[in-house]
Amino acid sequence: MSTATRSLGLGSLLLLLAACGGGGGTPSADGPIAVEATDDACKVAKNTAGTGNVTFEVTNKGTKVTEFYLYAEGDRILGEVENIGPGLTRRLIVEVTEAGKLQTACKPGMKGDGIRADFTVTGDAKKATDSDAKLAEATKSYQRYVNSQADSLLTKTTEFVDAVKAGKVEDAKALFPVSRTYWERIEPVAESFGDLDPRIDGREDVIEEGLEFTGYHRLEKDLWETGLQPDSAAIADRLLTDVKEIVEKAKAVELTPLQLANGAKELLDEVATGKITGEEDRYSHTDLWDFRANVDGSQAAIAALRPVIAEKDAALAATVDEKFKALDALLETHRKGDGFKLYTELSEAEVKALAEAVDALGEPISKVAEVVAR
Amino acid sequence: MSGIPRRRLFGYAGAGVALAGAGAAVGALAAAPPAVRPAASLADAVPFDGEHQAGIVTPAQDRMHFVALDVKTTKRDELVGLLKDWTVAARRMTEGREAAELGAVGGRPEAPPKDTGEALGLAASALTLTIGFGPSLFDDRFGLKDLRPAGLIDLPRFPRDDLDERRSGGDLCVQACANDPQVAVHAIRNLVRIGFGRVAVRWSQLGFGRTSSTTRDQATPRNLFGFKDGTNNIKAEDADALRDHVWVTADDGPRWLVGGTYLVARRIRMHVEIWDRTSLAEQEDLVGRTKGSGAPLGQVDEFDPVDLHVRGAGGAPRIAADAHVRLASAESLGGARILRRGYNFTDGTDGLGHLDAGLFFIAFNRDTARQFVPMQQALSTKDRMMEYLEHTGSGHFAVPPGVREGGYWGDTLFA
Repeated sequence: MSTATRSLGLGSLLLLLAACGGGGGTPSADGPIAVEATDDACKVAKNTAGTGNVTFEVTNKGTKVTEFYLYAEGDRILGEVENIGPGLTRRLIVEVTEAGKLQTACKPGMKGDGIRADFTVTGDAKKATDSDAKLAEATKSYQRYVNSQADSLLTKTTEFVDAVKAGKVEDAKALFPVSRTYWERIEPVAESFGDLDPRIDGREDVIEEGLEFTGYHRLEKDLWETGLQPDSAAIADRLLTDVKEIVEKAKAVELTPLQLANGAKELLDEVATGKITGEEDRYSHTDLWDFRANVDGSQAAIAALRPVIAEKDAALAATVDEKFKALDALLETHRKGDGFKLYTELSEAEVKALAEAVDALGEPISKVAEVVAR
Repeated sequence: MSGIPRRRLFGYAGAGVALAGAGAAVGALAAAPPAVRPAASLADAVPFDGEHQAGIVTPAQDRMHFVALDVKTTKRDELVGLLKDWTVAARRMTEGREAAELGAVGGRPEAPPKDTGEALGLAASALTLTIGFGPSLFDDRFGLKDLRPAGLIDLPRFPRDDLDERRSGGDLCVQACANDPQVAVHAIRNLVRIGFGRVAVRWSQLGFGRTSSTTRDQATPRNLFGFKDGTNNIKAEDADALRDHVWVTADDGPRWLVGGTYLVARRIRMHVEIWDRTSLAEQEDLVGRTKGSGAPLGQVDEFDPVDLHVRGAGGAPRIAADAHVRLASAESLGGARILRRGYNFTDGTDGLGHLDAGLFFIAFNRDTARQFVPMQQALSTKDRMMEYLEHTGSGHFAVPPGVREGGYWGDTLFA
């Protein structure tokens, strides 16, 4: 589905890795370091601090709008506060985890390299180790999964688009849920590419005003609801163009282990709020195909991480396996021919049982990210 | 004449408040517009009459019962009659008295009681009753077509709206707020009863645990995502902000609405189950505040100003581009602010093993098209929190000014 442009939130994941349970942080015991910025000077009251949260209070006593930066080696930004107007005092809290040589900078007029000074941080070096071979292998193996799904997505969408353009309604209807399967399996990856996702997978009710209703669901409406329209072929062409672009991007994306874990959780969120309600494929009612695909994708991400989970929390690994099995078994009871029953063929009790199985799985899956980050 | 207060002030069950000067406020009507009164006690009465209706800048009570109604009569004088009848009952009930003389047990045994009775013995509990008129009232039925305020727009469809017609719209609304849920429900029930034949309930909503503080001395409460909600709300003490953002002025027009405001109601379902599976860091990123103290990301204390220009590692904004507080901030919205007065709700379950829970959002603003609408456009298109939200009900109402002594609800419109 795409009620969302859910990015994979790289920023938040870095934060997570930094394990700062509370963003705001507490200033170090020394209190804030005053910085007096003018149009031609940058007076930093202290040029040393211990590791932990370092707080600067920057007052602009000049006439130009200024910025204040804390840089690590190679001008890597550790923190900055922009847009400090004349007369204003603004605060910057930076969590510095490693001892080392840093630099402060004021940038009057908000440009150039700024007025620099050395700033030394002393204390223990606490580095998040990223050398875990198992994690590296996990991301590689999931990347292979994404690549294979992306290839199939392109193949099947091409067939689907060809059928639409040839006016072969029945063929197109049969290909619709199949091509979407590959899409839904890697959806969190696809969703990280901004407005491509709504173009490909947007539902009519979630399209922003001024944007066109295009993509899979527009063609779904044509095929099942209104009959093919004069512009259906053009919509189909555009879908293929967009899918080609996303396939290219998906193959190039570099994922972190945390993103895998969060992706697994997000795929189940999708099921819990979209698929389980029959909202996703409201014209074709092929929601169970998408449901199955979301679960597949979640499973693939967890499978890639499984050696890590098993090592760090064997009980959780066992629980996740067991809940996946239960959901698989339940989904299998709704198989029909090559695919699944239509959503409209499910009884209320059956829908509820599926929802419960998703909740039972969603809880343990939501714990995986923390285990991976340990 | 019934000078006997129906309810004795027993105190507010469960809250353990000392009742300073119990009964002092009962029956005492302030002729002058009341200033914001510190809540001396949760059981106190709040004056009904004044320059503005009560229930807007009144310190937010703990409970709410909101109702939207459709007018069924086609006769203007019957509608005016109803507003007069309602005003009499509303005045009495906010004073802590029964809805009508003789009340629940003082009438003849052969007759149904005039008051439904469930508030017997309960304190006034700071009950406020606030009326609003919806766009649909201003049609040909009552000759109000030309009096529809330009500001009373039909709300646009926002992306991702999932509105249920059965929870949206209405010719009229009444917001009842009180510190005792039974007092709020009693008030709505009796107003509805008085209205039978002239109006019919279209939808209603119960709410608990106010999610916004409307005065400086109220601690910021938490919404069902567990976050403090309403830190930056306009406070009753901010006379300038109220003037600029809440009250309709003579320049705004129309004349009958001067001293009034517009109420926007949105029933927002929260998918709490998937929210609860979201990591703390992600939750804080989505909101833009820390969960514990409520401090904006990059700051220390709850009331530190939100600084959208602070960046962390790699130059990424501490408050993300799609964080709730950034999108809803006055700075991002050209200075637009609103007065929020929402409540949490749980309406049983959705049949799929999940709570049907969320936030009943109520906002008061001076010009919905320039305040609420751009804010909601920004949120519904960019706010990553929308993944966890679903707007299922909606209403927009013009809230007339307060009632002067001897007047009735909406008399400036019907005079």
